Amino acid sequence: MGLTKGSTGKHAVAQPAAPKGEGQRTIALAGNPNVGKSTVFNALTGLNQHTGNWPGKTVSSAQGTYVFHGERYTLVDLPGTYSLMAHSAEEEVARDFLCFGGAQAAVVVCDATCLERNLNLVLQTLEITPRVVVCVNLMDEAQKKGISLNLLQLSRALKVPVVGTSARSGKGLAQLMEQVEQAVRQEAPAPYRPAYDAPVEAAIAELQPRLAPLLPQNIPSRWAALRLLLGDEVLSDRLASRCPGPDWEAVREETCQLQQTLLEEGLTPQALQDGVVQSLVTQAAALCEGVVLQAPSPQEARERQLDRILTSRRTGIPAMVLLLMGILWLTIVGANVPSQLLGDALFWFQDQLSAWFLALNPPRWLHDMLILGGYRTLAWVVSVMLPPMAIFFPLFTLLEDLGYLPRVAFNLDHCFQMAHTCGKQALTMCLVSIWMRPGSSVGHGSLRRDWSFSPE
Amino acid sequence: MSHQTVPLTALLEGQTAKVQLLRVQGSMRRRLQDLGVIQGTPIQCLQRSPAGDPVAYRIRGTTIALRQRDCQDILVEANF
Repeated sequence: MGLTKGSTGKHAVAQPAAPKGEGQRTIALAGNPNVGKSTVFNALTGLNQHTGNWPGKTVSSAQGTYVFHGERYTLVDLPGTYSLMAHSAEEEVARDFLCFGGAQAAVVVCDATCLERNLNLVLQTLEITPRVVVCVNLMDEAQKKGISLNLLQLSRALKVPVVGTSARSGKGLAQLMEQVEQAVRQEAPAPYRPAYDAPVEAAIAELQPRLAPLLPQNIPSRWAALRLLLGDEVLSDRLASRCPGPDWEAVREETCQLQQTLLEEGLTPQALQDGVVQSLVTQAAALCEGVVLQAPSPQEARERQLDRILTSRRTGIPAMVLLLMGILWLTIVGANVPSQLLGDALFWFQDQLSAWFLALNPPRWLHDMLILGGYRTLAWVVSVMLPPMAIFFPLFTLLEDLGYLPRVAFNLDHCFQMAHTCGKQALTMCLVSIWMRPGSSVGHGSLRRDWSFSPE
Repeated sequence: MSHQTVPLTALLEGQTAKVQLLRVQGSMRRRLQDLGVIQGTPIQCLQRSPAGDPVAYRIRGTTIALRQRDCQDILVEANF
């Protein structure tokens, strides 16, 4: 996400709450991490973005706008989460926005290559709001892996629209916007509702009618009842602050009693939580039955074979060392020529600059400060740092796109564990080694003369 | 061949087993549940990393690397 004029300066402190205005349409964008949610967001909103933090949280937020059929839509990018149980700050932010953010509809972005796992979040979102459009992204990836998806069947089962997209190439986005428009305009559908074990359902049925009159209009009582039974203190406090009074105390008492009853039936809070997760996972699997068809794919087999070379006991480390050394070598050796050229050009310009400036007859100290101090230092830094950066980062991005970095983390995790950190630090290590490069090349580099700071 | 309940660490490369009990607690438990690891979920051991730890497993169509100290507390039912 780039910095835009609107996302910096005094605009940056504006809170990402849903804007309320005439005809303003707010859409929440939810999804698991790494499903291309940001790609969908960027593709839809372009540069009309606004980034910041969620109020009171260290979770970054982004919202952007797009216009479709003459209507302006505000898209709020929620943090990537696997669930909405509010176990982490990200989950809490995502869930709070879906409950209290005032969005007219929600888009849940899923990964077509592992739809079953992603449906967990879809089911949880459907419990909170019926106006949901499921966006199955990475359809191109799935096709490459030999996965075919019957989205029509999924849409019929979930009773909400399902759109297949490949956001990177922009495929399916028009259809997505179309469905979002429909979801906002039409009456809310009655979507698929996850069912739970009998004792849980009984407790929900008991609590729901007591809770319903106290809740804000857009919060479904069934879902709220379930969350309270699961001991969701965060939600309980949030709701209590919205409708204080003796009624709420009664609901709390009733919840405690029902929890006690469940406990007597052997359902500890942990067992209760497990049971709910189990129900969701089982239903997601059942929904995927017949929707996801995996054909044997040659690419998959190739990838497995490559994995065996890149991460196995015998060849993993040598392959990694060779690859990283190769990149460092390309960076260091490859940067020498452009460094030299850039240096020559910039220092030639310094001489010109110096001559022009001296012609003005300035005091000597001013000349030294501006030309020898300011310009020359800048020229050094640029000529030494720019070429390696311009080589290293694209190469590393390539490795990242190929999916090699998680494999490096996998290879190195044990070593990093011994230093009480984790394998993901490998990138940082590489950056550090690059960073130290100008210093290490002082001895034999072409820019040697410029690295002596002692007065000559 | 016999059914045995063993920690996930006991699986050999290529072997598949079904989850019987999650003894992990806290955030790791929730993380596993988010990935769809519940009782009965099939897990395949794909391969060990160069140091032998972590190990890559195939769970519901995705490859996940798990550290052995976490796997100690995931009990699975396997054929040996």
